[in-house]
Amino acid sequence: MNAEGSSNERVLWGFGSVAVVVYALIPVVWILSLSLKPSADLNDNRFFPRAVSFDHYRTIFQDIQFPAALWNSVGIATLSSLLAVTLGMFAAYAIVRLRFPGRRLVLGAALSIAIFPPIAIIGPLFDLWRAVGLFDTWAGLVLPYMTFTLPLAIWSLSAFFREIPWDLEKAARMDGATPFQAFSRVIAPLAAPGVFTTSILVFIFAWNDFLFAASLTSTNNARTVPAAIAFFTGSSRFELPTGSIAAASVVVTVPIIMLVLVFQRRIVAGLTAGAVKG
Amino acid sequence: MKSWMRSESRLGWLLCAPAILTMAVVTAYPIAYAFWLSLFRYDLRFPRERTFVGLANYASVLTSEVWWRSMVNTLIITIGSVTVELVLGFALALVMHRAVFGRRTVRAAVLVPYGIITVVAALAWKFAFDPTTGFVNALLGLDQAWLTERWSAFLVIIFTEIWKTTPFMALLLLAGLTLVPDDLLRAARVDGASATQRFFKITLPLMKPAILVALLFRTLDAFRIFDTVFVQTRGAQDTETVSVVGYNTLVVRLNLGLGSAVSVLIFVSVVIIAVLFVKAFGTSVDREQGESP
Repeated sequence: MNAEGSSNERVLWGFGSVAVVVYALIPVVWILSLSLKPSADLNDNRFFPRAVSFDHYRTIFQDIQFPAALWNSVGIATLSSLLAVTLGMFAAYAIVRLRFPGRRLVLGAALSIAIFPPIAIIGPLFDLWRAVGLFDTWAGLVLPYMTFTLPLAIWSLSAFFREIPWDLEKAARMDGATPFQAFSRVIAPLAAPGVFTTSILVFIFAWNDFLFAASLTSTNNARTVPAAIAFFTGSSRFELPTGSIAAASVVVTVPIIMLVLVFQRRIVAGLTAGAVKG
Repeated sequence: MKSWMRSESRLGWLLCAPAILTMAVVTAYPIAYAFWLSLFRYDLRFPRERTFVGLANYASVLTSEVWWRSMVNTLIITIGSVTVELVLGFALALVMHRAVFGRRTVRAAVLVPYGIITVVAALAWKFAFDPTTGFVNALLGLDQAWLTERWSAFLVIIFTEIWKTTPFMALLLLAGLTLVPDDLLRAARVDGASATQRFFKITLPLMKPAILVALLFRTLDAFRIFDTVFVQTRGAQDTETVSVVGYNTLVVRLNLGLGSAVSVLIFVSVVIIAVLFVKAFGTSVDREQGESP
């Protein structure tokens, strides 16, 4: 398709490509430049900074709140993706490889969770978590995150699993391996790239969540970055600590952008496979 | 043969059980519990005074102006953002599909808004539109305090939503676009069909299922909007959405009875939207779901 089309069309699509890149990057460059402006220049209404200073970064890392939130976010998102992907892997294997009557039930459950409004269970979880001691703990957030990412995990893993050459499994079964051995010894290594991609998608979801974090945490114990940033307080109630917020935003955005850029092709496949074929 | 099938079925259930159980315990049980709580006057500041009140909480929510205004606000944001996203998402998908150079760069760039934390995106745009720190007024030559008036606040909120989620819409549409056979388009071109004709007569009809799935997911997602509104206005200027009302009643005012009634009503609204979608588009979505996997 590349070689086709008149030169006019080529110019048009080329122009479009540049527009897309600009569209995607404007707020990122903006928040980066905001974070590098010295406090005195924060209100200069300019897109790029006139002078560069790392004061805001120093401020957020000297405070105890932000490093704690960063640690919570990394830990909680990692645990959530490990668990969601493990459970999702079992379910996806059964859906793709086994004939059993529960397939529709699993897919139906996944579909209903995918459209489920999280706000609907905030109240009960708030009440339950306080009763059983999960309020303001890592587990209190890991549980909802792994649940709400299971549909994504199951769909995207099933899509990846369908591409695997399953004849190898048959061979292993003929050589006397049990179904479980065939799964863990032969197929799991082949499935690794899909599993890895799915983990990234789940990680991004947990990393991004604000509603559960804002409702089910109250201290540095388990408060994650989005909640910490949203509740950052400056010297007065009416003045946002703009510089610190911008610096914290850059710190949590850069790693995700790197991840997304490096694994771009796989992430696109994982995201769309679920929705289109699921 | 039979016992082999039975063991395969048993293994299937065994492998799916953890996922099904987790989903049931963390969503089905709490939503049932929410319904139960919604039948009580139950304020966490006065936990001893919990009394059964039947459907009284629903009556007070459904007769309150706050609920209906927030419902209107939510629908304004949902319809406003999803409509623009569909058009813009199509443009993005076409660029990604046809990009003559830098195709990888374009696809990678599009993932940036997807990967960014919603709270961060909302703050970035809040600062950008802010009259004292932002560059938007300077760029447009305006002197507008965007987030202090209802309609301009809606514009900023919807704009942020569009920026953040159009890439996801575009990727879903792109997946649909790649299913349109190139041969068909080439044949139509040879037969003298213009680009516009090819788009409306071939591409669009073939993409109908992909469009419906994308619309369904994005509509339900937009209806749940919380982060952007909370960060940008906290519901001020009459921009409260149903999720913000739910959060304020449950977590800020600790009124679990009334808040649970709000939760159940939001849940019911989502179910109604989903059913309407599936009904309105008839078998198209059904067939898609049925084919899998």
